[in-house]
Amino acid sequence: MNLEELRKLREEQKQSLSRRNTDNKDIQIIVGMGTCGIAAGAKDTLEAFIQELEEQELSTVRVTQTGCMGLCYVEPTVEIVMPDMPDVIYGKVDPDVARKIIRKHIMNKTMVNDHVFDRPAADIVEEGGNQ
Amino acid sequence: MKTVNIKINGEPVEVEAGISILAAAKEMNINIPTLCYHSDLPAWAACGICVVKLENSPKMMRACATPVSEGMGIITHDPELHQIRKTVIELILSTHPNDCLMCGRNQNCELQSLAANYGIREQPYEVRLRDLPKDDSTPSIILNPEKCVNCGRCANVCQVLQDVWALEFVGRGENTRIAPAADAALADSPCIKCGQCSAHCPVGAIYEKDETGKLLEAIRDENKHVAVQIAPAVRVALGEAFGYEPGDISTGKIYAALRRLGVDAVFDTNFAADLTIMEEATEFVQRLTEGSGEIPQLTSCCPAWTDYMEKYFSDMIPNFSTAKSPMMMQGAVTKTYYAEKIKRSPEEIYSAAIMPCTAKKYEITRCEKMYSSGEQDVDVVLTTRELARLIRSAGIDFNTLSDEAADSPIGKYSGAGTIFGNTGGVMEAALRTAYNFVTGKELPELNIEAVRGMDGVRSGEVDIEGKKIRVAVAHGMANVGTVLREVQKAKAEGKEPPYHFIEVMACRGGCIAGGGQPYGTTDEVRAKRIAGLYKDDAAAEVRASHLNPEIQQIYKEFLGEPLSKKSHDLLHTKYTSRPLYQI
Amino acid sequence: MAAFTNFILVCGGTACESSKSDKIYKNLMHECESQGVRDKVQVVKTGCFGFCEQGPIVKVLPEESFYVQVTPEDAKEIVSEHLVKGREVTRLLYDKAESKKRAQIDEMDFYQKQVRVVLRNCGVINPEDINEYLGRDGYVALEKALFEMKPDDIIEELKTAGLRGRGGAGFPTWMKWNFTKKVEDDQKYIVCNADEGDPGAYMDRSTLEGDPHSILEAMTIAGYTVGANFGYIYIRAEYPLAINRLKIAMNQAREYGLLGDNILDTGFNFDIEIRLGAGAFVCGEETALLRSIEGERGMPTPRPPFPATKGVFGQPTVINNVETWANIPIILMKGGEWFSKIGTEDSKGTKVFALTGKIRNSGLVEVPMGTTLREIVFDIGGGIPNGKEFKAVQTGGPSGGVITKDYLDTPIDYVHLQELGSIMGSGGMIVMDEDDCMVDVSKFYLGFTVDESCGKCAPCRVGGRTLYNILERITEGEGEMEDLDRIKSIAQATQKASLCGLGQTAPNPIISTITYFEDEYKAHIKDKRCPAGHCKKLITYHILPDKCIGCGLCARRCPTNAISGEIRQLHTIDQELCIKCGECYNVCKFDAVYVR
Repeated sequence: MNLEELRKLREEQKQSLSRRNTDNKDIQIIVGMGTCGIAAGAKDTLEAFIQELEEQELSTVRVTQTGCMGLCYVEPTVEIVMPDMPDVIYGKVDPDVARKIIRKHIMNKTMVNDHVFDRPAADIVEEGGNQ
Repeated sequence: MKTVNIKINGEPVEVEAGISILAAAKEMNINIPTLCYHSDLPAWAACGICVVKLENSPKMMRACATPVSEGMGIITHDPELHQIRKTVIELILSTHPNDCLMCGRNQNCELQSLAANYGIREQPYEVRLRDLPKDDSTPSIILNPEKCVNCGRCANVCQVLQDVWALEFVGRGENTRIAPAADAALADSPCIKCGQCSAHCPVGAIYEKDETGKLLEAIRDENKHVAVQIAPAVRVALGEAFGYEPGDISTGKIYAALRRLGVDAVFDTNFAADLTIMEEATEFVQRLTEGSGEIPQLTSCCPAWTDYMEKYFSDMIPNFSTAKSPMMMQGAVTKTYYAEKIKRSPEEIYSAAIMPCTAKKYEITRCEKMYSSGEQDVDVVLTTRELARLIRSAGIDFNTLSDEAADSPIGKYSGAGTIFGNTGGVMEAALRTAYNFVTGKELPELNIEAVRGMDGVRSGEVDIEGKKIRVAVAHGMANVGTVLREVQKAKAEGKEPPYHFIEVMACRGGCIAGGGQPYGTTDEVRAKRIAGLYKDDAAAEVRASHLNPEIQQIYKEFLGEPLSKKSHDLLHTKYTSRPLYQI
Repeated sequence: MAAFTNFILVCGGTACESSKSDKIYKNLMHECESQGVRDKVQVVKTGCFGFCEQGPIVKVLPEESFYVQVTPEDAKEIVSEHLVKGREVTRLLYDKAESKKRAQIDEMDFYQKQVRVVLRNCGVINPEDINEYLGRDGYVALEKALFEMKPDDIIEELKTAGLRGRGGAGFPTWMKWNFTKKVEDDQKYIVCNADEGDPGAYMDRSTLEGDPHSILEAMTIAGYTVGANFGYIYIRAEYPLAINRLKIAMNQAREYGLLGDNILDTGFNFDIEIRLGAGAFVCGEETALLRSIEGERGMPTPRPPFPATKGVFGQPTVINNVETWANIPIILMKGGEWFSKIGTEDSKGTKVFALTGKIRNSGLVEVPMGTTLREIVFDIGGGIPNGKEFKAVQTGGPSGGVITKDYLDTPIDYVHLQELGSIMGSGGMIVMDEDDCMVDVSKFYLGFTVDESCGKCAPCRVGGRTLYNILERITEGEGEMEDLDRIKSIAQATQKASLCGLGQTAPNPIISTITYFEDEYKAHIKDKRCPAGHCKKLITYHILPDKCIGCGLCARRCPTNAISGEIRQLHTIDQELCIKCGECYNVCKFDAVYVR
């Protein structure tokens, strides 16, 4: 890859990343799959999401993974990004909660009590971009 | 020489750039105490006793491992350093048995001296000794982990100087110990029995297997005719145990002392060194002129080297001279030629050898060729250190003994025989005789400077009637690989070998610094012992092996000629590839 | 049904709950109902926000209005003003309400207490997809370095940034790079120290797992800067996920021409190899690590020579730890000037801490240098659970020391930690409460270093074990006052005469706890008493007559049948039989069992 190709690709990726925060039609379930998450059962959680999505026949939902968000005390953590709802981080998401998140949050646009956690820190990259 | 200006204890001094603080202090006659440091080895910086302070720094630095730099201000001694060093010594002592009276290093132990100098009178800390068994699996050395202070000298000698890698650090924390990898027994490890570990150990954790009792028992046995040989290197080192300078020649006193001990005949391995030259030089000339074997020819008189070659370079077996080592030749002719002369059977003769070497203890049983007389050709090997003890315990006042001569007919030696004990000596001796075998003339200049000296690898050319003979000398096992890999490379590439003849001695400096020599060997000591042997050579009546009258006599009366059938039976051996680990 | 337009998040953490967050929740529900916004607003109970000191906390989305110290009575106003009329309730807003501001902390908003520089992409991008990294300005720094900057410019930028090594002593990174750059040699190396080993520290693992490309990018930049074409990542084999993600990242970077030969068509070559460590703590020490990469036993060697001039295979080597590397791309991207504005005078940027122990919100926190311990422990970490009292924090892992409550307001940076007898280390932060015995704590850390000592140098090998055994005797009630002198002598010798950082710092926990908690040591030695009630040999369990109702639960659970008593009668513990397992204490529902 040369410089132009890199820059072009980066722009495309930037847009698709920022789109997922705004009016993207796609719904994303981002599961924290660091060692802490996996140790707390993130693999089962991921499994549950995929199963439930199949059962509910939701084809527009994308399940991806990410690293540790720092909220190790409430692992497994999951972030839900979807249109018409603020981005939400859920903690202590076991398979049951995962199914609840799909049915309530994604299908009914209602947050799931007792599992919402706050984003732990200011986003330096975003902030820098605004400066 | 680039220099730097430093201050030691406030005193300005200009010293060579890059030398250690320890060396710089020594130049000012300031001794910084050390335990793990040894001048043969790169500074390992383990023990923590040589710490010094730098002005304007809260940290303490190890004097052995810290190079001086411009403007450095060093404090080598003050009450704080004294306290730290003392505590470290006390801590080391808390894991070291205090049975000094029953230790081989009693009165000659570096840790004992430190404890004495720091006036340690009680043990303030909990004592924890390791309950680990001794490793006495080899015939040569004993490793007693209980006494080990983990200074690392042995492992570094084994790895850095000898490139053998038999000794390793095993385990961690306080469980760290010196042993072959995976706690294998030494006998099952790559150990080549050179004993350099035992010569470098500051305490009594690795030492030669003491077999003085065997010799005493044989002397006591009226049915045994005890014949003893002494190796070239013993004569310039044994005296150190009795206050002589390294390199002082005490051949005559050693003969005398042995007779006082009650042995029946005193011979000299130097005689057999001449015999070895006859065989080895003939072999070399044949390879060179008749193509009877692989070139380069490698010397085979060092049993540690033989063991190393069988383990690490067994592809070189065809290059090895088949000649036995002088000690084994001496043993073989003692129990055959000499036995016939005195009309005794081989089993009635007890053949003992005084050697600078621990590997020699292994060599005497290394293969069936070591029994060429029908009996074990050499029954026991004592190191120089063991003989010194024996002499003392027998109440012999070594220093007042008058010189005596060796017994005939296998006791006379040439100057060539005596320099077998130092690096380059075998090559020089062989060339003196090979020249004669090829040309029928004597070498015009007997001193072959190209092969003398202390460089780890030395090479040169010798002109034998227009043919340039390329020779190399390597000592200190780690240097050998360099030369051998050159040979292997040339062979693989189908090129002419870089050398015709290579001399190898396992120990740095050769046998004069063998693993069984008196403690405290440094390069300075090596140089003195080597000078002693060259002096012995220069003073000799005959200086080439083929001119030794007793050599001429034995060929005439007994062996016929070099490489004869009888020579082959008695004086030659064979080699076999051996695994590094026996598991 | 119609979608909610607003969400009210009510902190449901234990601390907030105890200050009536449940009532707030109910009132908010009720108000939404009565004010007719029930179908437009969802009231949600959440997990702890961490900012317990200012609790109870209510947050309204999507405006992100952050209300603090909310009372149940405020519910009405929040609903009527904010949700019906769309006007924020200014007086409850954290950073806008003067009265709520605490004088001693700076102007920083709670959200900025944590600033993610190192962890900027962790938990945001998919670490197995290079495209997502690119979408977060990935490889912009490399691009800038290769096309716009000369090696000296990069070093200048790092100098301006003031970045110091995050692995231990905090050596200025630009100097390290510059040393290596200045050596003339055809073969130089770049090494990433990912041999994270402090107990309780895992920021490096999380960084590698969550953002592997940032490390690859940084190492490539260093390669370009100092003139190296090869790098090693030395990572412990116990981090399989991190290793796997690094491998994926390396392959993707090679595919994209960002690693390997001819990077971005510039003719610059740089590649990386992963070397696995076998889990020896000492291999985190740089010289031991280099020996291990070379295939030798991981034992430290003296410095000088420093790795910068003589490192892997005797060649000049830049070695930095994961967190240091992770700072590099963003410094180049945003400039050293930007970076230097974060943190304090001598400690720039942020530091990631792994907050564990007796703390509510354990996890990874990243804060600007100079943040106080109080902010980290109480604001971010949510304080001590179960109503216990804060006692101390151990920073710097087994090489560090404790910081007590008197120093909670000390800004955390290299200088201040050192002044307190601790170190930054890799950033492990273990919080201890009143139940933690300080003698036992230092025994724990010493036990770790004693086991992990490479065994090379006598002061560390022997001194460490001897110190440990002394501590063990003290915790078993067999200590004597002379032991304190012995500890002092040995600790001093070990600190001064050990070869590497492991030995030099091994006595730190013991020295630090003696400094701040000498009384606790003396109580163990003289009174044969463990004030924290922790050391088994020094405590006894008893039953309070006025609290015991005679339920018999303790007697049933006691493994040695040491507790006897008639049902509904006072129970007693036979001290001869008691093995001090603490089960009775744990199971008693009436707090009738106590430790003496």
